Amino acid sequence: MSVAPLYVTESGRPLHGVLAEFANPADLVHAAEKVRDAGYTKWDCHSPFPVHGMEDAMGVKRTKLPLMAAVVGLSMACAGFGMQAWMNMDYHMVVQGKPYVAWEAFVPITFEIGILFTAFTTLIGMLALNGLPRHSHPLFSKDRFLACSDDAFFIAIEATDRRFDPAKTRELLRAAGAKSVELVEE
Amino acid sequence: MTTLHPDKITADRLAGRARPATESMHDPVIGDGTLIDDPGVRPPLVLNGRTFGEVTDIVCGYAENAPPRWWLPAFMTAFGIAQLGGLFILYLVITGIGTWGLNNQVDWAWDITNFVFWIGIGHAGTLISAILCLFKQKWRTAINRSAEAMTIFAVICAATFPGIHIGRQWAAWMLFPIPNANQIWPNFRSPLLWDVFAVSTYATVSLLFWYMGMIPDLATLRDRADLRLRKMASGPILLPIVPVRVDAIRAYVYGFLSLGWRFSARHWHRYEVAYLVLAGISTPLVLSVHSIVSFDFATSIVPGWHTTIFPPYFVAGAIFGGFAMVLLLLIPARALYKNFADFVTLRHIENMAKIVLLTGMMVGFAYAMEFFIAWYGGNKFELDVFLQNRAQGPYAWAYWTMISCNVISPQIFWSKKMRTSTIAVFVVAFLVTIGMWFERFVIIVTSLHRAYLPGEWHMFWPTPVDIMIFVGSFGTFLTLFLLFMKFLPVFAISELKAVLPQASPHWDGYGHGHGHGHGHSNHDHSHANHANKEAH
Repeated sequence: MSVAPLYVTESGRPLHGVLAEFANPADLVHAAEKVRDAGYTKWDCHSPFPVHGMEDAMGVKRTKLPLMAAVVGLSMACAGFGMQAWMNMDYHMVVQGKPYVAWEAFVPITFEIGILFTAFTTLIGMLALNGLPRHSHPLFSKDRFLACSDDAFFIAIEATDRRFDPAKTRELLRAAGAKSVELVEE
Repeated sequence: MTTLHPDKITADRLAGRARPATESMHDPVIGDGTLIDDPGVRPPLVLNGRTFGEVTDIVCGYAENAPPRWWLPAFMTAFGIAQLGGLFILYLVITGIGTWGLNNQVDWAWDITNFVFWIGIGHAGTLISAILCLFKQKWRTAINRSAEAMTIFAVICAATFPGIHIGRQWAAWMLFPIPNANQIWPNFRSPLLWDVFAVSTYATVSLLFWYMGMIPDLATLRDRADLRLRKMASGPILLPIVPVRVDAIRAYVYGFLSLGWRFSARHWHRYEVAYLVLAGISTPLVLSVHSIVSFDFATSIVPGWHTTIFPPYFVAGAIFGGFAMVLLLLIPARALYKNFADFVTLRHIENMAKIVLLTGMMVGFAYAMEFFIAWYGGNKFELDVFLQNRAQGPYAWAYWTMISCNVISPQIFWSKKMRTSTIAVFVVAFLVTIGMWFERFVIIVTSLHRAYLPGEWHMFWPTPVDIMIFVGSFGTFLTLFLLFMKFLPVFAISELKAVLPQASPHWDGYGHGHGHGHGHSNHDHSHANHANKEAH
C-alpha cells in the first residue's frame, strides 16, 4: 500500500522533487555546499564527469566498497588455496616428487582467484551500492536533465526530504546561483 | 615570449572572444603546445580548446554517424581473413595437429609463439588503464579506452591458440577443476594450469574494467539517442517495412548496457573508488599474468628456457610489444578519423615512444643477460643453446631479426624529432611488432629444436595451416577493433571532460563568485596575470 504523497503538482501527479541547473562545476560545488549546510539529506548532484572536491562539498561519506572487495577477495583466495589442497588430497598423484600440499606451487592460482573475486565484488558492489541497474528514474522524464550526460550540471532535491518545502527549497537553489529551477513529477 | 597557453584559448572561446585556432597554434618553439618541455607549463591534453559539448559530439559522432568510406572495405577484408582463419581452425580440429609443422622434437612452435605474442600485446592496455592511472598520468585518458579494447581483443586471439593446440579440443574443459568421469583433478603444480587461471582471470578482469569505464559513456550515447527520439528528429526508419528507428535500437541497447546510470555525484564517488580498486588489483595482475606465462618455460629444465630472468623479461617485452600495437592502431586512426588528433596529441605519441624506448632497452638488457649467465653459469648446454645455436645456428636469421627490430630500431627515439614524427614512430612500432613475434619464436623453437643428442635435431618449418591460422588471428583482431571503432565510445568521454581545464571547480576562466555577466573585466585581468606567470 502506498503512502499518499506529501506534495502534488498542478496536474495532480505526486512530486518527486526539484531540479536546479547550474552553469559550471564551480557553481555546482558552491551550491552543493549551501544545500549541505542547509541540512538536506535526500539530494544529489549530477554532472557529466566526477567534479573534484564534490564529496566534501556534499558531505558524502567515504564508501565501504574497498573493505567489501578486500574481505571477499581474501576469503576467496583462502577458498582457492583450500580447493587446491583438497583436490590434491582427494586424488593422490605424485608429481615430480613434490608433497601433495605443495603450497609454493599453489600461490599463483590462489592469487589469481583472489584477484578475480575482488574484481567481481568491486563492480557488482559499486552497482549495488548505487542502486543500479535501475530501469527508470523520475529525473529522466525531463528532457533537459539528459544534457547532464553532455555538458550540464544539476542539483536534485527529493520531496521526501525532511526539510523539503516547495517554496523554500526552490528559493535556496536560486540563491545558490541556479540558472533554472523546475519541479519534477514522480 | 609568446607562449600562448591553450587554456587561454579555451577561456577566450567560452567568453565569446573567438580567435582563429590556426593563429595561436603555430609557435615555433612548442608547436601546438603539446611538446613543451617547461615543467611549469602543463601541456594541454585536449587541443583546439574543446568544450564539454564538443567532446561529447566528437566521440559520439564516431559511433552515431556513418563510418568513413574506407571502413566497410576494411571491415569486410578483416572479416574475410578472420573467416579464412576459422576455416583452417576447423580443418585442424577435424584432421589433427599433425597438419602443423610440428615434429617429434619441436612440439611447441607457432601455436605457443602466437599465444605469447597476443597475450603480451594485451598487456599495454592494462598498463595504460591501471598502472598509469595509479601514477596519475592524465594523458592516459585519451588512449585508455582503445588500449583496453585492444587488450580484450588480443586476449581473445591469444586464447584461441592454447585452446586448439591441445589436440583433442573437445576435451578443453578438463583444464578447469570440474569433476569428471575419471575422478581426477587438474595438476595444480603445473605452470600450464597456472596459465589457465591467469589468462582467464586476466580476460575477465580486463573485460570488467573496460565495461565499468564505459558505463557513463554508454549512458551518454543512450541519452543522445533518447533525446533525438523525443524530439522526433531521429532520422529514417530502418527498413521500409520494419517501423523501427535506428535511434530506438540505440536507446535500447546502450540503455541496457549503461544500467540506468544517471551521472549522480554519489554514484561517481563509488565509481571512482571502484576504478581505483580495479586499477590497484590489475597492476599486480598484469605483472603476474606474463610472469606465469614465462613460468611455462622457466620452470622446465630445457636449456634456453630454464632462467630466472624470464618473468621480468617477459613482462617488459609484453609492454614493449603492446605499446607498439597501440601505436600501430592509433596513428592511422589519428590520421583517418576527423578530430581524433585533438585528443591523441603528439605528446601522447611521444610519451608512448619513450615507453617503447625504455622497455626496448630492458628487453635488450635481458637478451644480453641471457648470454652472460649462459657463460657465467658454466653450463655448456646452455652456452651452446645461446652462443652456437641462437646466434649462429640455422635460426640465426630469426635471432638477428629480433635483435635489429627490438634493440636497434627503437634507438632512434633518443631524438625528439623522431619521437614526434608519426611516420617514424609507426615504422618503428611495425618493426617492434615483427621483432616481438620473432622473440617468442626464437625462445620457443631454438630451445627445442636441438636437444642434447644430435640425433634428436630437427628443424621446424610452418605449414600453410600454421600460417593461415596466424593470419586469421589478425583478421579477428582487426574485425573486433573496427566494430569497436564503429559502435562504442572510442574515448573515455567523461574522463576526457574531467581533464579539460574548465572542468576544475577552481578554474579562473569562470571568474570567482556568482556573477557571470559582470566578471568580464576580471576575466581578462586574471588571464593577463596567468599569461605573465607562464612567460617566466
